[in-house]
Amino acid sequence: MIGCLAIARNGSDWLAVMDDLSAQELCESIKDGRITSVEATEAVFERTEKLDAVIGAYISTDRERALARAAEIDRRIAAGGQMGPLGGVPIAVKDNMCTAWGATTCASRMLENFHSPYNATVVEKLLAADAVIVGKTNMDEFAMGSSTENSGLKRTVNPWDTSRVPGGSSGGSAAAVAAGLCYAALGSDTGGSIRQPASFCGVVGLKPTYGRVSRYGLVAFGSSLDQIGPLTRTVGDAALMMNVIAGHDPADSTSVGEAMAPVRDYLANLDQPVEGLRIGIVPRLNAGADESVRKAVDAALEVYEGAGAELVEIEMPHSEYAIAAYYVIATAEASSNLARYDGVHYGYRSSKADDYIEVYTKSRAEAFGKEVKRRIMLGTYALSSGYYDAYYLKALKVRNLIRSDFTRAFQDCDCIMMPVAPTTAFKIGEKTDDPLKMYLSDVYTIAANLAGIPGISIPCGFDGNNLPIGLQILGPTFTEDKLLCIARMYEKETDWHTRRPRIVGGVD
Amino acid sequence: MIQHKVIVGLEIHVQLCTESKMFCGCAMEFGVQANSRVCPVCLGMPGVLPVMNKKAFEYSVLAGLVLNCEIPSFTKWDRKSYYYPDLPKNYQISQYDLPLAKNGFIEIPVAGGRGEAVGTKRIRIIRAHLEEDAGKNVHTAGNYSQVDLNRTGTPLLEIVTEPDMSSGAEARALAVELQRIVRYLGVSEGDMQKGHMRFEPNINLAITRDGREYRTPIVEVKNLNSFRALERSIDYEAGRQLDEFLETGRVMEMGSKTTRGWDDVREATVLQREKEEAHDYRYFPEPDLVPVELNEAWLDEIQGRLCELPLARQMRYVERFQLSEYDAGVLTGERATADFFEAAVVAGGDAKRVCNLLTQVGLKLANERNCDVRDLGFTPQMVAELANMIAAGTVSATAGNTILEEMVRRVHVSDMVLVGDSVKAEIIAKELNLIQKSDAGELEKIVEQVLAENAQAVADVVGGGKKSGKARGFLLGQVMQKTKGQANPKVVSEILDKKLC
Repeated sequence: MIGCLAIARNGSDWLAVMDDLSAQELCESIKDGRITSVEATEAVFERTEKLDAVIGAYISTDRERALARAAEIDRRIAAGGQMGPLGGVPIAVKDNMCTAWGATTCASRMLENFHSPYNATVVEKLLAADAVIVGKTNMDEFAMGSSTENSGLKRTVNPWDTSRVPGGSSGGSAAAVAAGLCYAALGSDTGGSIRQPASFCGVVGLKPTYGRVSRYGLVAFGSSLDQIGPLTRTVGDAALMMNVIAGHDPADSTSVGEAMAPVRDYLANLDQPVEGLRIGIVPRLNAGADESVRKAVDAALEVYEGAGAELVEIEMPHSEYAIAAYYVIATAEASSNLARYDGVHYGYRSSKADDYIEVYTKSRAEAFGKEVKRRIMLGTYALSSGYYDAYYLKALKVRNLIRSDFTRAFQDCDCIMMPVAPTTAFKIGEKTDDPLKMYLSDVYTIAANLAGIPGISIPCGFDGNNLPIGLQILGPTFTEDKLLCIARMYEKETDWHTRRPRIVGGVD
Repeated sequence: MIQHKVIVGLEIHVQLCTESKMFCGCAMEFGVQANSRVCPVCLGMPGVLPVMNKKAFEYSVLAGLVLNCEIPSFTKWDRKSYYYPDLPKNYQISQYDLPLAKNGFIEIPVAGGRGEAVGTKRIRIIRAHLEEDAGKNVHTAGNYSQVDLNRTGTPLLEIVTEPDMSSGAEARALAVELQRIVRYLGVSEGDMQKGHMRFEPNINLAITRDGREYRTPIVEVKNLNSFRALERSIDYEAGRQLDEFLETGRVMEMGSKTTRGWDDVREATVLQREKEEAHDYRYFPEPDLVPVELNEAWLDEIQGRLCELPLARQMRYVERFQLSEYDAGVLTGERATADFFEAAVVAGGDAKRVCNLLTQVGLKLANERNCDVRDLGFTPQMVAELANMIAAGTVSATAGNTILEEMVRRVHVSDMVLVGDSVKAEIIAKELNLIQKSDAGELEKIVEQVLAENAQAVADVVGGGKKSGKARGFLLGQVMQKTKGQANPKVVSEILDKKLC
């Protein structure tokens, strides 16, 4: 085990074994009575206490609450009761998903003390599946960013190199999974916010098809792009999480009904290799990535070829407009979604306001971070009369073209493979002065959100600095089951996913 | 030489009477404790999503259909952005470029010229769309304001007309007609007191002077919630704008539209905003809701709930039953009343008599009890029988009204259970001694007695001239007195004629 993070307790070594377990394996062990949920949860908290001062993955944890729940699950198991699919497994949730306990901050000073009166649908589903929710993870403020450096509340570092970013915006979730501070986590992906941090932290990250997972209770950034998905240690764990969170929700009109796209059992045929797999590649796009990334992706493609897959070169003629279109649509929606944070009904209110207009202007000026303000202004501009057609409407047209690019491409292939990001994790502060450079790091992930298709990031190697590299696999809408099978084919042939970071400044 | 014409267009907000709000499950109840009918969705909490109230959509389509609108098969939702404390999300979910109904019209009753009968005028409707209402800011406390969000998320149907009206009276007629329609359809209670209908007229004048036409700047009067205020404010504006034009010569130009409010006490409009601010609502499609696709089957189902409109029904009553415009209007004011009237006619009742019973007694009692005529306890059959007793002269019209009142009283005493014969018109008439004496032989004796006792009056009648009519009335009165009002006046009159000619 590389960079063993085991914490010896009472001289026993089962905890060291537990660290290496997947969520699936842990769940089985708890069910079988080999480990209790309380033991697993305690271990996670002990490790969090030791490491999170360095990693900074969590904005909040609730040890007492989690342990009480774990104990209740253990009692149920001991009594021979029924257990949900995540029975007793410690799970982390990104802090933009509402929980009816503790704060839901979106890593913003605006909501630092906001307590939601309700649970997000995904949170309800985790609880119904008997997960133990251990804490809420850090992120870029309102999920706006690619490095988690835009968090208004704290800093998260990459467990593989604490001088580097974990990626973003679900950087806290990715770092928590990579550092073993939970067994799986939920993130949200608006332009790559699950896949890119998963890639930077060497874990699996799945962005489902738009409409596959309920957004009810996910604090909105770009409503037509946002989608919740899992960050996990293995492909199997991602499938397990999908079994729990996928499905229609009457509270989310944009979630897709069973009639149109029935939910699958994502674990059922996971180990079945896809016969005659045709993989689409876009050489022109891949050329833009760093050499180490390119090499790792090429090597992964060879693994697939070795397993009988065929590579098909495809065209994505409108991909170069994706970033521009994305930053118009996402910011336009964000400018409207974030209008409600005005200091009137909840959240931060400036103490310096003299009238109600100042309640708005001062509260927002004082509580929002720079990037959030930048995007609100961009989006407000794009929607303003006289500019709407030139920006917003045009961006929607580009979006349609990108969607049809994918539709056309998927006639010739089952999936498309490419890097997740052009580089591995970059240094903290490296891109913070240049927002445009930061936006460009989303080049590979954004198109999937515009088209609404699913995408997964899986570990496919390391660069010269021992930083993880991710392989991105994109599929047609509602083919998460197949996507997971394809990912699993690779995972079985490699051991990247078993590697663990050695955390400097943490314990050994 | 100056002539002028008033030009009026209307924006009307109609609150729909769904059980729950437009985009969440909160009950629609008003006059309850502030902020007690709210949930995370209508409070606009972080992470919430709207879900469309299907009934509100169907009600709106129904209204659109009776307003003769095109109902597109595809419609969508948009966000309208503005910051105000009573708007929790700081945007309102509305419909911008694809309203659910457009290009319709409504016929309103208008008085013809002098001595002419009532006619109708067609007012074109530009569009009707559905949106959510905002909450309410309350400024009763000291140096701060409070926000009540119970009303937030209430479904509102906004109807926009072409400027086809030319007076306050016409605008009022449209408003009244619309109220009748939405009540008829059951899509709104149309209760003015509760603010179920709010009006915003746009008014200006077309002035012709020395062969040239001028248009005065458009004025929008905000938030009127009574027919009276609507009519008065338009008439006031017409006068004010004419005066202003004569004084300043100002005419309409880009951005010259102003907003005024109505001061109910001073009976005058008051300037609110000098120049129409260049509001930029930054409309864009609501990404949290899917567009609504109205297929044929669904539209058919909604269409199946249509009914005859009040104005058409009123015209039909005038033509078919020879009722007066006024009576027909009263009967068709409420759908329940009109339905009851028709049921009684179908049961064989004399239409005019049924109408009189309902308009003179039924509606009065219903009004007192705050219910409609169906709830008074009598059936259409019972009213039909009573009406026919009046028509046959068995009881007088006055006695008929008394009998109906007694009927209701008896039903109520017996706690709404129909207690057999005791509530029958005939039984009541007998018990109250209201059966008219129509036996000519018996009445003739009484007439002869009266004539014998009043020689002077008889002489006056026979003598003709001025006093004749009065004297004849006196004699008739004497007969009625002697019979304690039970003589059939028609029969008595015939006997008198015979005896005195």
